Amino acid sequence: MSALRVYIEGVGLWSPQLVDFAALRSLLAGNTPEPPPARPAAATLPSNERRRAPESVLLAIEVAGQAVTMSGRDASGLACVFTSSHGDQPITDYMCATLAQAPADLSPIRFHNSVHNAPVGYWTIATGCHAPSTALAAQRASFGAGLLEAVSQVLAEHRPVLLVCSDTAVSGPLLEVTGCTQSFGCAIVLAPEPSATTMASLQLSLTTTRSISTLAEPLAHWREANAAAAALPLLALLAEGRGRCQLDAAATLGLQIDMESVA
Amino acid sequence: MPVSMTPLAITAYTATSAMGRGLLAQLDAMRHSCSGLRPNDFSSAPLACWVGRVDGVEDNALPTALAAWECRNNRLAWLGLNQDGFLARVLAARGRYGARRIALLLGTSTASIGATEEAYRRLDPDGGFADDMLRPAIHTPHSLAGFVTAVLGLEGPSLTISTACSSSAKVFASAERLIRLGLVDAAVVGGVDTLCDSVLFGFNSLELVSTEPCRPFDAARDGISIGEAAGFALLERIDTAPEAPRLLGYGEASDAYHMSTPHPDGLGAELALRDALERAGLDASQVDYINLHGTASQKNDEVEAALVNRSFPSRTRASSTKGFTGHTLGAAGIVEATIALQAIEHGLIPGNLGGSAPDPICGAQFAWRNERQRVDVALSNSFGFGGNNACLAFARAGFAA
Repeated sequence: MSALRVYIEGVGLWSPQLVDFAALRSLLAGNTPEPPPARPAAATLPSNERRRAPESVLLAIEVAGQAVTMSGRDASGLACVFTSSHGDQPITDYMCATLAQAPADLSPIRFHNSVHNAPVGYWTIATGCHAPSTALAAQRASFGAGLLEAVSQVLAEHRPVLLVCSDTAVSGPLLEVTGCTQSFGCAIVLAPEPSATTMASLQLSLTTTRSISTLAEPLAHWREANAAAAALPLLALLAEGRGRCQLDAAATLGLQIDMESVA
Repeated sequence: MPVSMTPLAITAYTATSAMGRGLLAQLDAMRHSCSGLRPNDFSSAPLACWVGRVDGVEDNALPTALAAWECRNNRLAWLGLNQDGFLARVLAARGRYGARRIALLLGTSTASIGATEEAYRRLDPDGGFADDMLRPAIHTPHSLAGFVTAVLGLEGPSLTISTACSSSAKVFASAERLIRLGLVDAAVVGGVDTLCDSVLFGFNSLELVSTEPCRPFDAARDGISIGEAAGFALLERIDTAPEAPRLLGYGEASDAYHMSTPHPDGLGAELALRDALERAGLDASQVDYINLHGTASQKNDEVEAALVNRSFPSRTRASSTKGFTGHTLGAAGIVEATIALQAIEHGLIPGNLGGSAPDPICGAQFAWRNERQRVDVALSNSFGFGGNNACLAFARAGFAA
């Protein structure tokens, strides 16, 4: 098996504490970045859609927009891999509660927003993207599994790919089984060749040796609080320049990543 | 221009739907034009519609060792895995390649959301899940793939694709890429979706559900019938099975138009079709049969019929089989892939059941009744909410484009 090498051209990040990737960099440099407003801006969405969109859509589109802007790429030509462990949990909570009490009252808009590919659907509509798009889930390994899918598209199809991983927080009965107490989203643009906007190169390999990279606080706590934040070891490497980390790509499969800064 | 792919062998496949358990039941239902639809006897509150329900799912408990995964969707997955010797074929492949070298890629639209619905119907007095429902692994979209990974003892990539009704078509594309890159030697692909209140009342809220059995491509069609199904296929390199039917190509594209309505000109569907044909090295005139998405919704059928009309000669045969199964949502891609494979294997073009008064937009390509002819190349269309389109191309062993 030959080494999997891809190039990162842009990074997006949003959590209740971090407004973007620069805020993570600032935090890791010992500063206290200003937290973002309560709702992600999601400026890529037309304003009428932005008002109506659920947080799951705003979050995914916010981080996607950040990463694509940084890459300098035209979003309409990027294949999209959106991954989320639980989809839109507040909508799941709403739907299950409504179905238990008055099923005929179910909201059609909330239903069509409940599909797992709603965020990537809104993204392709907002950006006029006709490229392949997909929506994935892999329990706690959704970021690593999504990264593997994105890298396989980059290398097998020789095209740049936008990877987005996000999960929103939930309250209500569902919280006890998903444990998702705060929102987290991140995105990266991956390309098969280096370019003027390349930030870093990644060399990836699969491993069955289980070893998850450790994180310092508060990142370790954020990772506990949201499955999408499993991306943090890679994001921290990107912020710091170079090194190695390992993420879960499946329950018994690891993804070992060696990163080198290019800029 | 898409990157061309190396054809893959489909060394085992199976499907279980309202047509019955396994391939023989499916072929038999198609031969006798026998629909699996019945008046809705499933939803937790009355809803006037027809459903494609699989008989006996509720009677087949999971083996004790797998009891933590109990829910209707995983019961149907288990039922499906146990047809046509599929489970044994995968275990044999695991013996040959090793558990790490086989990927598992499954599509579903709602996975076991039915179990989460049930948990909400009988919350504890304190408002939390009842103890028997406190099983995090089933209240997540990855429930299905997690369960099947456990059943098959696989240790390679394990992924759920959830792009609504194109989910279990897209798994073929992801699997091909992993095999082409040498990350795995084989892949189990498929999909399972089960009836649940979310989809029955959800599609009903969008006024997309018919009160009668669905009538794909009929002039008087007025909506879908929802079904449930499980289907699986095992993909390997063709040198290991030169006589097996083949996956020749796939195409994927996005409409960029609307969340729940297809592009009026079928733009994404056409891009996916062209992508599949180019990747397979096929000309449209070489296609013998197309299993259409054909949901019996007004818009889908209108757009898809126009696409067939402008893309294929009249000798290409086309039909929707949703009249047999109902729309099995995230499982539709795999079920209809197995129908395309059976068309190749048995020379049976299934008639477009339910279309008794054809919509005049339909061209001469439509097979309204069963036809018998040799099929070397068959396509399967799958389109989903969010404007997510996929097209698969299958061929007989030895077919050269």
